Amino acid sequence: MSNKHTLSVLVENKPGVLARIASLFSRRGFNIDSLAVGPTEHPEVSRMTIVVNVDESPLEQVTKQLNKLVEVIKIVELDGQASVNRELLLVKVRADATTRGAVLDAVQLFRAKVVDVAPDAVTVQAVGNADKLADLLRVLEPFGIRELVQSGMVAIGRGSRSISERTHRPVAVPAPVSAIAT
Amino acid sequence: MTEQGAQGSGSVTGAQSLVTSLEAAGVTDIFGIPGGAILPAYDPLMDSTRIRHILVRHEQGAGHAAQGYAAATGRVGVCMATSGPGATNLVTPLADAHMDSVPMVAVTGQVAASMIGTDAFQEADIRGITMPITKHNFLVTDPADIPHTIAEAFHIASTGRPGPVLVDVAKSALQAQTTFAWPDELNLPGYRPVTTPHAKQIKEAVRLIREARRPVLYVGGGVIRSGAHRELAQLAALTGIPVVTTLMARGAFPDSNPQHLGMPGMHGTVAAVAGLQKSDLIISLGARFDDRVTGNLDSFAPGALVIHADIDPAEIGKNRHADVPIVGDCKEVIAQLVALLQAEGADGDYEGWITFLAGVKKRYALGYDAPTDGSLAPQYVLERLSHIAGHDSIYVAGVGQHQMWAAQFVEYEKPNTWINSGGLGTMGFSVPAAMGAKVGMPDTTVWAIDGDGCFQMTNQELATCAINDIPIKVAIINNESLGMVRQWQTLFYNERYSNTDLHSKRIPDFVKLADAYGCVGLACESPDAVDATIEKAMAIDDQPVVVDFRVHRDAMVWPMVAAGTSNDEIKYARDLAPQYEDVQDDWEVRA
Repeated sequence: MSNKHTLSVLVENKPGVLARIASLFSRRGFNIDSLAVGPTEHPEVSRMTIVVNVDESPLEQVTKQLNKLVEVIKIVELDGQASVNRELLLVKVRADATTRGAVLDAVQLFRAKVVDVAPDAVTVQAVGNADKLADLLRVLEPFGIRELVQSGMVAIGRGSRSISERTHRPVAVPAPVSAIAT
Repeated sequence: MTEQGAQGSGSVTGAQSLVTSLEAAGVTDIFGIPGGAILPAYDPLMDSTRIRHILVRHEQGAGHAAQGYAAATGRVGVCMATSGPGATNLVTPLADAHMDSVPMVAVTGQVAASMIGTDAFQEADIRGITMPITKHNFLVTDPADIPHTIAEAFHIASTGRPGPVLVDVAKSALQAQTTFAWPDELNLPGYRPVTTPHAKQIKEAVRLIREARRPVLYVGGGVIRSGAHRELAQLAALTGIPVVTTLMARGAFPDSNPQHLGMPGMHGTVAAVAGLQKSDLIISLGARFDDRVTGNLDSFAPGALVIHADIDPAEIGKNRHADVPIVGDCKEVIAQLVALLQAEGADGDYEGWITFLAGVKKRYALGYDAPTDGSLAPQYVLERLSHIAGHDSIYVAGVGQHQMWAAQFVEYEKPNTWINSGGLGTMGFSVPAAMGAKVGMPDTTVWAIDGDGCFQMTNQELATCAINDIPIKVAIINNESLGMVRQWQTLFYNERYSNTDLHSKRIPDFVKLADAYGCVGLACESPDAVDATIEKAMAIDDQPVVVDFRVHRDAMVWPMVAAGTSNDEIKYARDLAPQYEDVQDDWEVRA
């Protein structure tokens, strides 16, 4: 558990970026525990939250390799204590007239929500960190879990600072004849 | 998306925009082959007065030619191919350029945008295929994106750690109408290579250099690519520290300089290997602690602190911990080291170390045994070639024994005179890369040094050379086998020569082959004829020349550190390990 690291990666919102990042991880022999991608406050920038399970020194290597990707703008490792991290869980639990009450009690307890009801099942939506969601599932399991889907983790640093302050500074086009060594 | 540039024009096709963009990027030579998807681009290319397009015989040849061109001139090499098989044939050169940090741009045609993803005729996802083997790549489907994409491609290829960039352009974008506007600035928010080193790190490096007793300058290909050879010469002269140059750095420091211990690594000199292995401070300049240099990593230079300077932060600490990491361009890094050492005093005491290494260098100098049957030693051919063709010629090797002999027995005095496939180890590199080097440096003699195995992989480019007036010279070191593999079979597989016998003293007849390709073919199989043959080849400069040097097949490359073993296990000849203690004793007796 102690080897889990959360990386927030700002990338250019361009086709193929996700493939580049995913293939870099597999090529360099790193496993991704969880990955979530979405837009940011800047339309041309997307943000990925990547959870990796590695030691400190390979983490440095993977961060450096990620930084080399031209479309990666910035990488920040988020500290668990100094950040808020959340996952979304949708789970379809078996619940007939006799068990529904107990299921709903559990949902209440975890401040989760029922988002769909069928005669023999309810679909529960829960938001939280990984531990909380695991606890909820442990409680719901005895009733019978019919289907489960979970998002990757998203995370944001606590406090007022933003990691996505604009870093866009255009570069002047170099003179023709791109000599690298003279 | 279109930037408003200084130069603009009315409506043009995407193809015209592409050609104008390449001209604006300063391109003067392109190696390529047309085909369906790239065809629209070849029409305006025919009218370009600034760009010479050289029609090669295989796209792999175009790619390696672009590499050779770039390595010889320092400018970005350019190749062009069509979609599908044309593009996939560029995969090897792109991977090669990626490993050896060669600035190169490949332009490929792609099927029409509406057809992408339908398994159309000659469709291959070349952007997806080349993602792990390019520095960056692009797929252009909107013709308005062509100029700024080309500008970005050349900027990325040539700055920071150089590398290959692929631009895949859909046929529909080439055919559509657009306006050409060369951008004033580039929008690459995630690309900012650091070239200026941190002053604090330079200070710390200088402190270690002054305190060290057994320092060594471990010089890699980055010194060549950044053009830092003058700064290196200054640093070496100022400090007196011994120098080793890796396979990629041969020529970065003159071989004739007594401080030069030679090439380190698997087939390095005993002095260079000992220089790293026994040092207390490795000053790594544009090198990457490749496994072929370090041998077994755990036992590599156990007593050394490491100063690691590289423009690519990801290289620092990748294989070996860096005590002083320095991110920056070698030229700036070395210049700053020199300046600070001059200010603070280059007063390190390395005398015992220098004397010891000079003794090792003298006792275990590179050498070889001439065959007793009067047949030709391959090493002799390269010694004589070096002597006759001299320090101003460019030598371009393939991969294998001949490559190692060329690295060992040709004397290099200048950067960019040695070109080879170091990282990927691509057999077949030599002939097309030599062709590219000759196009870039038409007034320089270019010798391809090739093996008989390598030569048969890409020799079709001799036709390109003969037809386009590119008079390269090819020395085939013909030992009628896949020599390096055979050497390993001799040493590690009980002399069981599985599939390494090429019979190439019989088939093909290289002299006739040369003749068929419109080149002059010569053969040489006795030591007495070597000089005359080389001189004859040197005298021909209006036609490519191919010399079949028929050498003894059992010659082996020594010294050798067997793969995966420690540098301490180096052998300077079969079963012969150097006795450093003797050298030490000699020196102590004399001192």
